[in-house]
Amino acid sequence: MVAFLFYLLSAVSVLCALLVLLMRNPVHSVLSLIIAFFAIAGHYVLLNAQFLAIVHVIVYAGAIMVLFLFVLMILNLNKAAPPYQTTLVKVMGAIAGGLLLVTMVASLKHSAIQPVAGAEDGQIGLVKNLGKALFTEYVVPFEISSILFLAAMVGAVTLGMRNKKDNSSAITHL
Amino acid sequence: MQSLTNRSKLVVNKKMTFWERIYLPAIFGGMRITLRHFFKKNKTVNYPEVKRPFSPVYRGMHVLKRDENGAERCTACGLCAVACPAEAISMVAAERKPDQAHLYREEKYAATYEINMLRCIFCGLCEEACPKEAIFLTDRIVPASLEREEFIYGKEKLVEPVDQRIDISLRQIKSYPQ
Amino acid sequence: MIAEKMIFILVIFGITLLIATYLTYFERKVAAFLQDRVGPNRAGPFGLLQPLADAGKMFFKEDFVPSAAERALFILGPGIAMFTACMTGAVIPWGNSLHLFGRDISLQVADVDIGLLYIVGFVSIGVYGIMVGGWASNNKYSLFGAIRASSQMISYELAMGISLIAVIMMSGSLSIREIVEQQFDGWNVIYQPVGFLIFFICALAECNRAPFDLPECETELIGGYHTEYSSMKLGFFLFAEYINMFISAAVISTVFFGGYHFPFMQELGLPANVVSLLGVAALFLKIFFFLFVFMWIRWTLPRFRYDQLMHLGWKVLIPLSIINMVLTGGFMLLKDYLW
Repeated sequence: MVAFLFYLLSAVSVLCALLVLLMRNPVHSVLSLIIAFFAIAGHYVLLNAQFLAIVHVIVYAGAIMVLFLFVLMILNLNKAAPPYQTTLVKVMGAIAGGLLLVTMVASLKHSAIQPVAGAEDGQIGLVKNLGKALFTEYVVPFEISSILFLAAMVGAVTLGMRNKKDNSSAITHL
Repeated sequence: MQSLTNRSKLVVNKKMTFWERIYLPAIFGGMRITLRHFFKKNKTVNYPEVKRPFSPVYRGMHVLKRDENGAERCTACGLCAVACPAEAISMVAAERKPDQAHLYREEKYAATYEINMLRCIFCGLCEEACPKEAIFLTDRIVPASLEREEFIYGKEKLVEPVDQRIDISLRQIKSYPQ
Repeated sequence: MIAEKMIFILVIFGITLLIATYLTYFERKVAAFLQDRVGPNRAGPFGLLQPLADAGKMFFKEDFVPSAAERALFILGPGIAMFTACMTGAVIPWGNSLHLFGRDISLQVADVDIGLLYIVGFVSIGVYGIMVGGWASNNKYSLFGAIRASSQMISYELAMGISLIAVIMMSGSLSIREIVEQQFDGWNVIYQPVGFLIFFICALAECNRAPFDLPECETELIGGYHTEYSSMKLGFFLFAEYINMFISAAVISTVFFGGYHFPFMQELGLPANVVSLLGVAALFLKIFFFLFVFMWIRWTLPRFRYDQLMHLGWKVLIPLSIINMVLTGGFMLLKDYLW
């Protein structure tokens, strides 16, 4: 049952990830990305990491993708021509993608996948254990990432403040 | 200018206080008002079951009256058509045959008499103009219809049936204060 | 065990749909009473069959798909809205467990330990139904409705989440049953009045209820996201809205108003099963009270302007909820320090 679900979710996530690239309409791309996120959330549930799964859904599917869709709808890219498909761009894309593939294969070839410490009992993904791990063992990286977020927020606010003079952002005129 | 009521309020664009700016007291005030209405008796009249009485001078669908013997009063003089501001009335006059004396009161009668109810503005001037007290406006309502043709009322709809007289006695009391 | 759960899920599903159906009737009756009118009174005694008549009408209307619409997504939109609305009821504890046939039957579909997050997650996904449907209609008004819905969702979800965090901090658990159990001595609203107010306002906004009904706002956008919809697809959208309302009222009652707890429930000395059933009744009483408040507000307050909506969300509710959260944390620390 679990194996079947694993393969189903994997197939769905890979397929949707491909569709993100292949769809011509950006809105369709975003929608397939959302489905891919749900499939990944399903993987988390299979690993008994419910907290991670639901946070994944809330943050990615519920907030970030809504913002993506929001922007796409405002820009109205429905009839936009397929952008930049000159031969040069295609060649460059193929080289860059090929290099990435080579790097990943090379780095993963010799590394044996280690079981995560504490995952044997399947309880690491629950809220209590996760919180304990985050605030004791991994407290430094956790706080550093929060400082990163703070920096990003301050940066966004400064960028937003710069053109406060014209005072007419699109959002207030819907 | 002096106001007629003392309910008008002068608009003051003063800065709102903190209490006013959080709006919650105003919202609760509004909700109190609506809740008070929740428990009030409603003012609906359940129409087909309950009908509100019309005023005695209500001007609804016309009737062409018969006299006490059942003869039509209208003599097709055309004064109503002349008086009509909407030009809704038309008629064709005809001469009474000797054997029709019980049908028509005067020697001349209206062979056809038509009121276009879509044009009519129910002003009642036809009633005022009529010298024979033949046409009256009643408290009946002109029913709706899907076809325009059906709003041209001929004599078959206007003349009152002999056995179902339409009471217009309230309208005949003309006591104008001098 | 599984059969028992299945039956319970079906019962909850049926009750949710029934209540959503009759909410349309209550909505119209409440509106009528607030406006000194009678409301629907023709179909059946007191108009009680009106929802059925409406449903029948919805089913037999022409199911129209505009030629310029994106067919698949156009059909998907109402489906998503309905699906997400129905999913949220799964984690709400409708009552204490019943002791029947020699074992305990839990009156909750799934007691997941992240119940509150589950609800927030599904509510946030619910907006996709509106967005997809509005975009696929290929209509300016629908698109505007969709965009408004999404921005409104993002703006109010934050404040809603943060106001819930204060409650979670106090209870120390994300499981809704746990939160309800801890309210035995006192309801959370006593300790979190500001949190409750913020959550209530955000719940109104997330349900797209007046005064936050900008996504469908008849006077500006015709019907907003459901302008192009007809027949049962429109029905699904409207239905999903009422289900969301019911679930919101249920969440408010469980998280802030003690769920199935009612005063003196242990002092009465009744058998456990009776207390459980009374608890279910108490929960539904609370839910109906909040549904009434929802309607009462809708028929009292005028709609917000768009910039007022954004102002309220970002500049009032979010700072207020953050202050509330920080103060809650401070008090908890102080309590630990002093005692």
